Amino acid sequence: MDKLWMYLQLPMVQRALIVSTLIAFCSALLGVTLVLKRYSYIGDGLSHVAFGAMSVAAVVGLTNEMVLILPVTVICAILLLRTGQNTKIKGDALIAMVSVGALAIGYLLMNIFSTSSNLSGDVCTTLFGSTSILTLSVSEVWLCVILSVLVFIGFLFFYHKIFCVTFDESFARAVGMKVDLYHLMIAVMIAVIIVLAMNLVGSLLISALVIFPALSAMRLFKSFRDVTVFAVIMSLICTLTGILVSLLYSTPVGSTIVTVDAAGFLICFFVGKIRGGVRA
Amino acid sequence: MALLTIKELVLGYESRAILKPIDFQVNKGDYLFIVGENGSGKSTLMRTILHLQPPVSGQVIMGDGLKANEIGYLPQQTLVQRDFPASVTEVVLSGCQAHAGLRPFYTKEDREKARRAMEQMHITELAKRCYRELSGGQQQRVLLSRALCASGKLLLLDEPVSGLDPKVTGEMYDLIGELHEKGLTVIMISHDISAAVRYATHILHIGEQVLFATNEEYRRSEIGRAFLKEVNYNG
Repeated sequence: MDKLWMYLQLPMVQRALIVSTLIAFCSALLGVTLVLKRYSYIGDGLSHVAFGAMSVAAVVGLTNEMVLILPVTVICAILLLRTGQNTKIKGDALIAMVSVGALAIGYLLMNIFSTSSNLSGDVCTTLFGSTSILTLSVSEVWLCVILSVLVFIGFLFFYHKIFCVTFDESFARAVGMKVDLYHLMIAVMIAVIIVLAMNLVGSLLISALVIFPALSAMRLFKSFRDVTVFAVIMSLICTLTGILVSLLYSTPVGSTIVTVDAAGFLICFFVGKIRGGVRA
Repeated sequence: MALLTIKELVLGYESRAILKPIDFQVNKGDYLFIVGENGSGKSTLMRTILHLQPPVSGQVIMGDGLKANEIGYLPQQTLVQRDFPASVTEVVLSGCQAHAGLRPFYTKEDREKARRAMEQMHITELAKRCYRELSGGQQQRVLLSRALCASGKLLLLDEPVSGLDPKVTGEMYDLIGELHEKGLTVIMISHDISAAVRYATHILHIGEQVLFATNEEYRRSEIGRAFLKEVNYNG
C-alpha cells in the first residue's frame, strides 16, 4: 500500500491516471454503438492504420506525431465506414487489407529507417503500449483532455440521434434524419478515441478497450441508456484496476488492463446467465 | 390535391427497371394495400416513396401539405434489432426524432405523444420492458407506436404481419384498422390478399401486370380474380 501511495505522488503517474480515465470513459461511450452497429472490426482496422501513421511520423521525424496520426486515422475511418455501407465492395475484406497493409508498411518503415538501437522494443511498445502512458508530456495530456471533452459533448448532444440511427437506419432515413452525417460523426469520434487510446494500451489492444465494456454491459442491462452508463462505469473500474495492478507488480499496462476487462466480461456473463433471461 | 401522387414511376436498381411504370394516387383517409408476389418490387416501391432510393424515372409528388418528415414508416425488422438492448420507451420516443431537428433532448410534448401512441397500441404496460425480449407481435406494436410518433397523417407499413401467428395477425389488422378509422392514411405491403380485400379501400397489384383499383374493382378484375383464386387454392 505504501508503494502504491508513493507511486500516486509522482506527476507522471497522476498524468497517466488522468489520461487513462478519460480514454476509458470515451471508449466505453462509443463502444456500445460500435458493437451494436457491427462496427467492432472498424475499430480494429483503424488501430492498425494509426500504427502505420505513427511509424511514418517517426520516420519523417515529426516532433508532434499527433499532427499526422490524427488526420490519417480520421480519413481512414471515414473511408472505411463508407465502403462498409456499400455491399458491392466487400467491406470486411477491404478493412482487412487496409489494416494489415498499414501494419506491414509501418513495421517495414520502422525497420529500414529507425535510428533506435532497440527496434523490437519500440515496435512492441507501439503495439502493446507498454510504458508510453507513463511518459506523457503535459501537452499530450492537454490534447487528450480537450479531445475527450469534445467527444463527450458530441455524444451527449447527439445521444438520442445516435440511438435512433443505430437502432433503425431505414427508419431514421425515412423520417429525414441526416444518417450519413451521423455515421461520419461516429467514425470521426472512433478515430479520435483510437488515436488517444494508442498511448494507453497500444494499437493491437485498442479494440478490447472499446468492445469489452459494451459487451459486459449488454449481458446485464436492457435499455440503451443503462447499457451505456454501465459500460462507462465498467470501463473506468477495469482500466484503473489494471493500471494500479500494473504499477504494483510492474506488468505491462495495456495487457493488464485488457485482461481485467476480459475478467470483467466473464463475471458479467455469468451473472447474466444466473439472473437468466438475457441471451448470451 | 392527393396526399401522394405517383406519376409514371419506374422502379429498379441502378437504373435497371424491374417493373412497368406505375401510376396511382393516395388520398387522405385511404387504406391502400400493395400486393404482389415475392420479389415483385413492393418494398422497392415503398423505399422509393420514402426517398430511400432513387427511382429510375418518374415522380413521387407529395400534396395536401404533407411534408417528408410526416410519414410514419414501419420497416421490416433488421438483424441489428434482434439483440439490441433498448427499452420500449426508448424505441417509441425515437419516432419523435422526425421533428426534433437538432434539439438534443425530448420535450414534454414528445413524451406525451409517445405515451399516447403506446396507449393506442395497448403496450403501456410494456414501457419498461426490453425490446428484444418481446414477442414478434409486441415488437411490431412497438414499431407501430414509433411510426405514430413520427406522423399522425400517413403510415407506410412494410409487411407488418409477416411472421406473426394468425391470432396476433388478426389483432394487428384490427389495430391498424382502428388507426385508419381515426383518419390516418395507411399504405401497407402485404402478401395477405384475403386481408386486402377485407380491409383495403384501394389495392395496388404489382408484378408482370400492374393494376391500381378500388377494392371493389379489384375483386371484379381479371387479375384480381386470378390472384384471389390462386391464393385460395394454395391455402
